[in-house]
Amino acid sequence: MNEIKKDVKPAKVIGVPRPLIDGPEKVSGKALYTADFIPYDHMVGRIFRSPVAHANIIEVDTSKAEALEGVLGIVTGDDCDEGFGVLPIARYEYPLARERVRYRGEPVAAVAAVDVETAQKALDLIEFKYEELPAYFTSEEAMAPDAISLHEHREGNIERDVDYDLGDVDGGFAEADLVLEREYNCAEICQVQSEPHAAIAEYDAERDYMTVRASTQVPFYVHLMLAKTLKMDQSRIRMIKPHIGGGFGCRTECLNVELICALLARKAKGTVRLVVNREETFITHRGRPETDVKLKVGMKKDGTITAVDCQAIQRGGAYGGYGIVTILYAGSLINGIYQLDAVRYNGLRVLTNTPPPGAMRGHGTVDVRYGFEAILDELSVELGLDPIEVRRKNLLKEPYETLNEMFINSYGLPEALDIVEKESGWKDKRGKPGKDGDGKYRGMGVGCAHYPCGASKPVNWTGEPHATVHLKLDWDASITVLTGAPEIGQGSSTMVAQCAAEVLGLDMTRFQVHSGDSKLVPKDNGAYSSRITYMVGNASIEAAQNLKTILIEAAAKKLDAKPEDIECLGEVYRAASQDEGLTFEEVVMAALEGTGTITVKGNFDTLPESHGTKKFRGGAIGGAKPEDHPDRSGGEKARRQA
Amino acid sequence: MSDDAKQSAVRCTLNGRPRRDFVPDNMLLVDFLRETVGLTGTKIGCDGGECGCCTVLIDGEPRHACLTLAAVCDGTEIETIESLDTGGRLAAIQRGFNEKLGAQCGFCTPGMVMAAEGLLRENPNPTDDDIRAGLAANICRCTGYVKILEAVHFAADELAGRNEEAAA
Repeated sequence: MNEIKKDVKPAKVIGVPRPLIDGPEKVSGKALYTADFIPYDHMVGRIFRSPVAHANIIEVDTSKAEALEGVLGIVTGDDCDEGFGVLPIARYEYPLARERVRYRGEPVAAVAAVDVETAQKALDLIEFKYEELPAYFTSEEAMAPDAISLHEHREGNIERDVDYDLGDVDGGFAEADLVLEREYNCAEICQVQSEPHAAIAEYDAERDYMTVRASTQVPFYVHLMLAKTLKMDQSRIRMIKPHIGGGFGCRTECLNVELICALLARKAKGTVRLVVNREETFITHRGRPETDVKLKVGMKKDGTITAVDCQAIQRGGAYGGYGIVTILYAGSLINGIYQLDAVRYNGLRVLTNTPPPGAMRGHGTVDVRYGFEAILDELSVELGLDPIEVRRKNLLKEPYETLNEMFINSYGLPEALDIVEKESGWKDKRGKPGKDGDGKYRGMGVGCAHYPCGASKPVNWTGEPHATVHLKLDWDASITVLTGAPEIGQGSSTMVAQCAAEVLGLDMTRFQVHSGDSKLVPKDNGAYSSRITYMVGNASIEAAQNLKTILIEAAAKKLDAKPEDIECLGEVYRAASQDEGLTFEEVVMAALEGTGTITVKGNFDTLPESHGTKKFRGGAIGGAKPEDHPDRSGGEKARRQA
Repeated sequence: MSDDAKQSAVRCTLNGRPRRDFVPDNMLLVDFLRETVGLTGTKIGCDGGECGCCTVLIDGEPRHACLTLAAVCDGTEIETIESLDTGGRLAAIQRGFNEKLGAQCGFCTPGMVMAAEGLLRENPNPTDDDIRAGLAANICRCTGYVKILEAVHFAADELAGRNEEAAA
């Protein structure tokens, strides 16, 4: 029997600094990442990649490679005629190129062999015959009138042309006291998460059943694409997400690595381990596209922004990926941070013979936001205004609906500006640039940024809630959180347990989290769009509330009291009038009586206002550090203004 | 099948246990540790010598296991991340990374911890600059390094008994 302490209080879990729930595994080398699964009988997978950027495929002759002893399976574009892609409207990329290669390094064939040396020799024996085509490495080249199309269904190499003109833009410019036009070229960058991409696929030929572990942020999307490209029933696939070494967006869509691995495993009828190296991880890419931003902004003498005209051209690489969304976000999220009444936007997503970019952090928004904040500082200085005051002048008031129907229900920018102004010493330091100890001139500028927490509608709209969490409570009085939310190093497993623990008033030691095994946990859309804390966290809270209701009812029955009179102190449940109560273990045993192990569910949906036809998204605000080194991009401006 | 690469006998002490192996002359230490022995705590994050995820201690010195041939480790003492916790308790440097959130995704952590362990054995009271220099060969993409500095200081304080004093 557990002793009841008189001074027991519900545990405080949220807002208390604590180690990660999976911290001990990570610091002791016990955490298993995809490449750490090394079964004795596995085959080594290797990819043969195109040596040219654009070519018609004449022949991929694998006969010599297949004849090599120790080669157990080879796949080419002939083995998969189903396209993949994250957006249902842009699934025209193949795991292995068919008919044409469109960027240097695009997978053409793949080999499964008994060991690395054999796999490498087999790659050398593959004969790739092709007819080179003109290749375009810049947006401008790809959009030239005489350029051939990378894809027949995308004429002029335009993946997407976004155009909107909201409010009276020309009138806004006429009303302005100062109008500036600027151009910004933002370089293409890659996430370079610590862990190179990896997959291990285990094909059970007896049952026609596929188990895949992969370094992904979106196990559910990978599951969908495995089913599509393998033409297998979804129920015959088990998708497992091991520990993940970061992602920052490059893994928010299914990559060719996991699909090729599974195709090889089925062909070779066994387990294939495909660990690509760092160079191949760069080639797989899905980083932030090179973006050319043209901005024209009008401002009144008092700092009011009167109109915005923006053009963004993204070098979109050889396939769609998230591209349609990336170029949409680049424009739509101009709105949402300031009160803007007139905005024109033209976005062009261009197909080029380079590896496809993806949804890198701040998906689509970062480059345009950089330009916008820079031009805002310039306008402020030329009008003799304090750039922070100019931001304050243009604050919006939530709840707010932007011109493009985004709903802002959480803002925080006014507070962020106050903090930044105070903590940076803005008022004292600004206007007094000086050499720091490192010999560099340092000045002050300010920039703000924002991003929505998750999309109001998921990419694959099914009508399901945005998030579902299960809590399993068993006789041992421990709670297992079952969630599809992929822990990728951002701490989501810790967060989801914290949310449940806080509601139940229990210490985190009562919890364990299982994240990312499609046969065990409820479906989740994945780790992207800053959605997990908001959506999955709230689902976890609801699940814990549902469990608490059951526990309170059980305690009430046991104590012969009314549920509303039960006081839940986490480790102790008691009737309000009594000193004696039940330990958590006793309450659990009471709750399990006659029903057995309890599993409860919690759901979360975005606000009802966000459903329907409007395309708005919930808002989140972040203040940027208002300092810049003059030797960094944009720093010249910071120094001049300081 | 593969050519029979020339093999060498390697006698070493790995995580406190003596071993005798025959390894191909072209086998990297990191592949020996991960694929032959099965110690997968040591990670591979790059194509050679850039990220430091594979850092191990050879005779107490931090070394890139991806730039070291297994065959040259004859007669050495090798320590990997799996050797640090003893008697069911994390080592001070591991507690530092755990308590101070010096690990996020955790992929660079084994290499970072081993480099820091090597540093602390050499210099039990490192300054921020000492830590930066000691971990210069290790890249982390999650933390921004501030928490890693705190983690190493935590471990130095713990080893010197200062954490208990502070708590008392």
